[in-house]
Amino acid sequence: MTISEMSFIGRMLYIVNNYGSSLLKGAGVTMSIALICTLIGCIIGFAVGIVQTIELKKNSNLAKKILLKIVNIILNIYVEFFRGTPMMLQAAFIYYGSAQIFNVNMGMWQAAILIVSINTGAYMAETVRGGILSIDIGQTEGAKAIGLSHFQTMIHVVLPQALRNIMPQIGNNLIINIKDTCVLSIIGTVELFFTFKSISGALYTYFEAATVTLIIYFILTFTCSRILRHLENKMDGPSSYDLATTDTLALTSGLNHFKTKKGSK
Amino acid sequence: MNQILTIQHLSKTFGTNVVLKDIDFHVNSGDVTSIIGASGSGKSTLLRCINLLETPTSGDIIFHKKNVTTAQINEASYRAKVGMVFQSFNLFNNHNVLTNCMLGQKIILKKSEEEARKSAIKFLDKVGMAPYINAKPQQLSGGQKQRVAIARALAMEPEIILFDEPTSALDPEMVGEVLEVMRKLAKEGMTMLVVTHEMDFAREISNHVVYMGDGKIVEEGTCEQIFEKPQSPRTKEFLSRFRK
Repeated sequence: MTISEMSFIGRMLYIVNNYGSSLLKGAGVTMSIALICTLIGCIIGFAVGIVQTIELKKNSNLAKKILLKIVNIILNIYVEFFRGTPMMLQAAFIYYGSAQIFNVNMGMWQAAILIVSINTGAYMAETVRGGILSIDIGQTEGAKAIGLSHFQTMIHVVLPQALRNIMPQIGNNLIINIKDTCVLSIIGTVELFFTFKSISGALYTYFEAATVTLIIYFILTFTCSRILRHLENKMDGPSSYDLATTDTLALTSGLNHFKTKKGSK
Repeated sequence: MNQILTIQHLSKTFGTNVVLKDIDFHVNSGDVTSIIGASGSGKSTLLRCINLLETPTSGDIIFHKKNVTTAQINEASYRAKVGMVFQSFNLFNNHNVLTNCMLGQKIILKKSEEEARKSAIKFLDKVGMAPYINAKPQQLSGGQKQRVAIARALAMEPEIILFDEPTSALDPEMVGEVLEVMRKLAKEGMTMLVVTHEMDFAREISNHVVYMGDGKIVEEGTCEQIFEKPQSPRTKEFLSRFRK
């Protein structure tokens, strides 16, 4: 039986049987790029977010002020440029540009990871900034009052809370990345969408190939969103706590029992 | 007496709004100083200036003969020696009660995990919160949060603690437990600078009282001078409202 005589289901099974391994490979590449790039993008985003929220004091020295200003301008250009242009064109621009101008032939992986990471970083920078702004100023003041620097305050107090608040947005970015890696097919990255194009080109079964690929994409994104939701719940920690009355370090002999009903006078 | 904190000609303006005008006073080691006055008189801003959470517009803050408004002293290490307790507690929401009190010790005082833990528990015990070390701030009542905040400040072993209306966000039932802790600290000789609306409490624990109005110090003196024989008509009027 040739493929043209098969039913819709038959053709899909045929694709899965004959191209299953290349589809899985493509899915693997897609997932790897999406995960690695979301991670790198988050790191970039957090770094940019920390720098963008540094507040200058009136008495800080001039060189520091100017340096910070220049860095901020560069970061702004970075964010605006990569948010404001299509990733497909950026991929072509960087991949072919680096070959033509600098004579650097980037490998498929290098190019893919570079492009998606800096793109994600640009979006994440704004997300992180929003996350930092969402944390009550009292948290920062509390940290400064015990002597923490801006950087220490960020690492130990503000960013962990901001991270929790922006988890849904990081999940969004991961899912967008899983789907958007398909634009990398323009530079020849053999990911899931590239595999779909090869299969449909070889068999002339666009509908069936698209259906199979769609299902794979959906399984990838749905699994990720469930895992992330689980992660969020874990980050919230237990909703109850135990009184530490048996802790040996708690000096139970000298425990001070407070009469909470005591009046103010 | 050992003068640890001296405020000289301190002024603060927000835009065109003058909040503090030429404030002058000093704190001796072991003093319990209460700053009283109506809302909006600049009491909190004064405390925030002392802890450099606000940058003073002009004037000097001298801590152990070093001017902290200039680059003579490292801002972070100065703040570590000057504890602050806020009206809104400001406990770190991502830490539990124990780690709230350990963070500064580990990072700033460079103590080991074990040392920091021991001293955190010691101070939590002092404020009666030792059994709650595993709780998150969200799981505590206001009074409990404030007691943990005091323990957090104490754990840094500061030379002076600034209290910015520590009981104003609490309902009357919880005010007592916080004041009890502060009373205890005062008795132990901790140097304290307290902004408060609790007049009876101020009268009971302080040996120095500053009455502020419209960003200026209207009158200052011992507890007796201010509460028994106030000189300024403004102080008299302010205090008369609490004597009903």
